[in-house]
Amino acid sequence: MSTPNTIPEALLPTSVYEEEQLVHGGLNFHDVTEVVARPTEEKTPIAWYVAFALALGVLGIFGASILYLIWEGTGIWGLQQPVGWGWAIVNFVFWVGIGHAGTLISAILFLFRQKWRTSINRFAEAMTIFAVACALTFPGIHVGRIWFAYWMFPLPNQMGMWPNFRSPLLWDVFAVGTYGTVSILFWYVGLIPDLATLRDRAKTKARALIYGILSLGWRGSMRHWVHYEKAYLILAGISTPLVLSVHTIVSFDFAVSVVPGWHTTIFPPYFVAGAIFSGFAMVVTLMVVARQVFGFKDLVTLNHLEKMNKIILLTGTLVGYAYGMEFFIAWYSGNEYEAFAFVNRAFGPYAWAYWIMISCNVISPQFFWFKKMRRSIPVMFALSIFVNIGMWFERFVITMTLHRDFLPSSWGYYMPSIWDILTFIGSFGLFFTLFLLFLRFLPAIAIAEVKGVMPEADPHHGHGHHGEVRHAEHVEAH
Amino acid sequence: MAKLKVLVAEFDTPAQIVEAAGAVADAGYRDFDAHTPFPIHGLDRAMKVPGSKLGWIVFAHGLFGGCFALWFQWWMSAVDYPMVIGGKPYFSYQAFVPITFALTILLSAFGTVFGMLFLNRLPRWSHPVLAHPDFRRSTDDKFFISIESTDPKFDANRTRALLEQIGGKRIALLESP
Repeated sequence: MSTPNTIPEALLPTSVYEEEQLVHGGLNFHDVTEVVARPTEEKTPIAWYVAFALALGVLGIFGASILYLIWEGTGIWGLQQPVGWGWAIVNFVFWVGIGHAGTLISAILFLFRQKWRTSINRFAEAMTIFAVACALTFPGIHVGRIWFAYWMFPLPNQMGMWPNFRSPLLWDVFAVGTYGTVSILFWYVGLIPDLATLRDRAKTKARALIYGILSLGWRGSMRHWVHYEKAYLILAGISTPLVLSVHTIVSFDFAVSVVPGWHTTIFPPYFVAGAIFSGFAMVVTLMVVARQVFGFKDLVTLNHLEKMNKIILLTGTLVGYAYGMEFFIAWYSGNEYEAFAFVNRAFGPYAWAYWIMISCNVISPQFFWFKKMRRSIPVMFALSIFVNIGMWFERFVITMTLHRDFLPSSWGYYMPSIWDILTFIGSFGLFFTLFLLFLRFLPAIAIAEVKGVMPEADPHHGHGHHGEVRHAEHVEAH
Repeated sequence: MAKLKVLVAEFDTPAQIVEAAGAVADAGYRDFDAHTPFPIHGLDRAMKVPGSKLGWIVFAHGLFGGCFALWFQWWMSAVDYPMVIGGKPYFSYQAFVPITFALTILLSAFGTVFGMLFLNRLPRWSHPVLAHPDFRRSTDDKFFISIESTDPKFDANRTRALLEQIGGKRIALLESP
């Protein structure tokens, strides 16, 4: 710190040098605004309408399946004893898991000063919110008589009853509800300066009015930025334990019940790793398409995608470790029911699902050990879809553990009904409808944040060697 | 109340705005501000802006959220509707941890967002600086300094001269409508 940095760039390790190159293509501040804002301002492309119509159609299927469920009851699903939890819980955990990447990227990577997150955090946070919306639908409709859904909340009622606060299912209501709310707040705080950008670029009265109201009269004041940045830091700080706690509490739904194969202490960390795994895979799937369609290639570079693929490799391997450890403990515990549950998973009637899970979640990410694979768009697109399939099957396998309980006379085999399948497919309609609206009307990349990590944003940029005092000041301010 | 007047000047780069804002602060101005498309590190120090007190607001909210959650779980499970579930005590506080934690975070988040808006006096949809002809670029690629007429040192001519001297362009005197 006492002497200015005089090491020539060529001598720096590439990792340090790379940090300076987050934005490619020689873009300046205005270009960044243009690249991100233009897709929301141009005439809506036909392809968007086609995709939107498709998404709305699938959303219609979702709506119809839910209406029929409300009309007829949960009997329309394949639920029976001993599998009382069917696809609804599988889909719930699947969607909540996907919803973990957004807050991880916005909060944890922020605290670790991973500047590359700025290109993908807006996108991933949007994905989080929409995934959580899909997830919340399932427990909501799984209660069967949804006009009693308010029983999940501690509301004063004429029966003088209160919910059972010792139940993990009630913890879930609070955990996922809090997670959804905090994610929306975090997302909106990040959006305020960018909404102001759209307001200032508005060509029509309607746009100026709508973005004007939403941006709350933001005027980029430095005095405001001081509070704003503090707010962002605090939100990141409180979201970090939150994101880790949410899937922990989701795993309690299983782990707190005394069922062989579920009642294990490895569930919370294993679920959290799986959630990050599936969430990053979903971000990669969507980002690969979006950067192509919207021309974000200079902002979301191969370096960004490669970093995400590394996290997929890490978390996928953690999940693989958890699968192995479950088996080890099942044997090591000496509990015959526990051992049976796992042997039955791998070699019983659901062995097909188990091995799909292993292939997709443990084997497929291993390709990312190779740099060529990590940087290949087709490979990462295919693998990210495999991961999502695998993670759905993971929850399926866990839930279907119930199908052979303690009494062989009650053993069964869960067969989904057409309504199980349509409801699951339909939930993608909700997800993609919201996502397409987001891509059309909101800046998909955090404009202000990307500008902030560009080398030109540093007040000392291009000034060469400044005096010691200013340099020290700068370091301290960070 | 007299109408709020604001002198606004435009700058091109982060380095210029930091230098200019420092000069305005050194000249003894108090009610001035910089407007930038993104937060510039070091600008707050140059402007002598005090650090944010937001943390205290958040702490109070979080504390309230946690206490409230623990209190209502105790009251509902042990006082108003006591039931023996799984042979556990009425006040089985270990089981109340997840909800207590969730509400601590939830209230902290509300405190953070609404506390930030309160400290910034937002939303405020009308402000004289927004009328500057080039101010739209303050959210794109330009940097502005505004000095308000409420400042004791504010003088339309002398303040304008200062802004010119430190390199400000497109200087305009704006009034609230």
